[in-house]
Amino acid sequence: MKKDIILSGVGGQGILSIATVIGRAALAEGLQIKQAEVHGMSQRGGDVQSHLRISSSEIRSDLIPRGGADLIVSLEPMEALRYLPWLSAEGWVVTNTVPFVNIPNYPDEKALDAELHALPHVVLLDADALAREAASPRSANMALLGATAPLLDIAAERLEEGIRAIFARKGDAVVEANLAAFRAGYETAKKQTAR
Amino acid sequence: MPKRELLLGDEALALGALHAGLSGVFAYPGTPSTEITEYIQGHPLAAERNVHRTWSTNEKTAMEEALGMSFVGKRALVCMKHVGLNVAADAFVNSGMTGAHGGLVVVVADDPSMHSSQNEQDSRFYGQFALIPTFEPSTQQETYDMIQEAFDLSERYQIPVLMRLTTRMAHSRAVVEVREPKAENPLSYPQKARQWVLMPGNSRLRYKELIADNERLELEAAESRFNHYAEGGDKRLGIIASGIAYNYLMENYPDGCPYPVLKISQYPLPKELVRRLAAECHELLVIEEGQPFIEQAIRGVLPEPLKIRGRMSGELPRTGELTPDSVRAALGLAPHRAHAASQIVVPRPPALCQGCGHRDMYTALTEVVREFPNGKVFSDIGCYTLGWLAPFHAIDTCVDMGASITMAIGAAHAGQHPSVAVIGDSTFTHSGMTGLLDAVNEGANITVVISDNLTTGMTGGQDSAGTGRLEQICAGIGVDPAHIRVVVPLPKNREEMKRIIREEIAYKGVSVIIPRRECIQTAKRHAAARNKK
Repeated sequence: MKKDIILSGVGGQGILSIATVIGRAALAEGLQIKQAEVHGMSQRGGDVQSHLRISSSEIRSDLIPRGGADLIVSLEPMEALRYLPWLSAEGWVVTNTVPFVNIPNYPDEKALDAELHALPHVVLLDADALAREAASPRSANMALLGATAPLLDIAAERLEEGIRAIFARKGDAVVEANLAAFRAGYETAKKQTAR
Repeated sequence: MPKRELLLGDEALALGALHAGLSGVFAYPGTPSTEITEYIQGHPLAAERNVHRTWSTNEKTAMEEALGMSFVGKRALVCMKHVGLNVAADAFVNSGMTGAHGGLVVVVADDPSMHSSQNEQDSRFYGQFALIPTFEPSTQQETYDMIQEAFDLSERYQIPVLMRLTTRMAHSRAVVEVREPKAENPLSYPQKARQWVLMPGNSRLRYKELIADNERLELEAAESRFNHYAEGGDKRLGIIASGIAYNYLMENYPDGCPYPVLKISQYPLPKELVRRLAAECHELLVIEEGQPFIEQAIRGVLPEPLKIRGRMSGELPRTGELTPDSVRAALGLAPHRAHAASQIVVPRPPALCQGCGHRDMYTALTEVVREFPNGKVFSDIGCYTLGWLAPFHAIDTCVDMGASITMAIGAAHAGQHPSVAVIGDSTFTHSGMTGLLDAVNEGANITVVISDNLTTGMTGGQDSAGTGRLEQICAGIGVDPAHIRVVVPLPKNREEMKRIIREEIAYKGVSVIIPRRECIQTAKRHAAARNKK
């Protein structure tokens, strides 16, 4: 198997936690992993992305070539579109639909919505609302991970183990909130991907 | 079965160093090198062995502290970002002359594409200049293995080793197989004691040895398992690929590269292997991350016997980091089919956090500076450099660590008024204090703002060397205590801050204003830690 994933969002939204959970699950499955992250100045409220590559055979480049990504997973709708040149023809976009507006020239939301709906393979979800309803608004990133799970070729149980492991030190309540958000995202995406 | 861990390149290096019997890590934070020291600080083996692991004041002090540890026979690691090596250069270049005793490895993380830096300098030039052998890993596993060999090589040749990482290696994770840790070295002293006293007579003798050693180190590099020559059937092209660039090459040939490939990860550049490749192939392509270090070495000035392609010839971009796509184009392969770029996406530059004290400092400062026709603000390296962007447009310069105070001094001597310096607390202790001493001794008419957030914020909130002592330090340097003013940068204090800034700009002499409020990010973390208790 091979999955090349671009994770994107705005600095501070929590894309690295998504990468960490997928990485742990892939490690437990005995897969190869490469994951390029962004740290430092570029994190402060700016656009952030991580290239996550999972494969059953050797992975060479830490960066995904253009046109090579199987998935774009984004916590922010405009940030999902930023990486379209990396998406393969058959690739999926899984994105939160809630704009994060911290710049004066943020694009028109209708135009944004139209571009997302025009993509051939897309899962759209209000991850903030799903997380809020399921548990806590702070778990939006795990709702998005849940929405990605049906497209990952990694068992959902493995991902849940990863969530338990990375949030364990924050206590049971936080673990359960994140699991609830994950499951809510998973159910939403299953409906949208089953066609 | 060996233990497998998912590690950043920085973490693989840190763990490899610990497993090699490290006794101390010496560093000043700097992206993309910071996580090396942080990983050691958090590792139980480091605590169990009491490995030295607190932050140094700057890269030069770190380098010298490590050299002292090496002198008494223990293994020491120094970590910094590429521009940090400029600060440590005096100690680094002369450490080639003294040599090392206990293994001494200097890790420098370069930042091509300048994700978090002011230039793209390539540390391999420093290694060559100082006649210090240099390693450049391609993978996280190689990073883990290589750091242990680097310590061994350092002890075998009694010389420091430079290990060069680049951003993508430092900040990319992969699965690493790890081994059992070795014991630390016992205390011991160098047998060749004379070369540690770099008086001219000693240095002249040592320099000849260093040059002779460099030739032997080139033969080592030719034999190194990290450099290898792979045969290829198609001799129209021969490829030299170094460090992480090797990965981008192989990404484009999943079934194996048809051309002969010389992979380079250890320097001095093994000329013998380069000559062999050149003799076999019609053309050469050099793929390297950073500046054209290898390409320049083999290209020279005189007409070439064969065509050499690379960053200097334009087949690869002259600036910025490589990508699998730019390497693909240089190999003459057709680009992958890709989606068209969205036309509505706009840039989202980084910004100071909402609620950050630097924001309140800049709001008050710019309002006062704009009361003058030609106020100039000389700034420095840190989060507050973002004050150049909208909405503040607050600063006129940012050059290197500490240059705010010293440039303000030079401008003031030329008649500039107001001449204001803005520097963070950690940058002030890193390289601002000596400039402030100049200001006092020269009676410079400047206003220094030390924007104190009680941490090294830009790199993620490491301890800051002068926390709790900034007023004492400034007074000790000789600033009149009546002109050391502390304010709390909050919106409600804006008018008070503006009044104080006006008063100190009006004062003819050196004044220091310290807006002090904890970094909003570390404050959140501290609050969460308190709630947990």
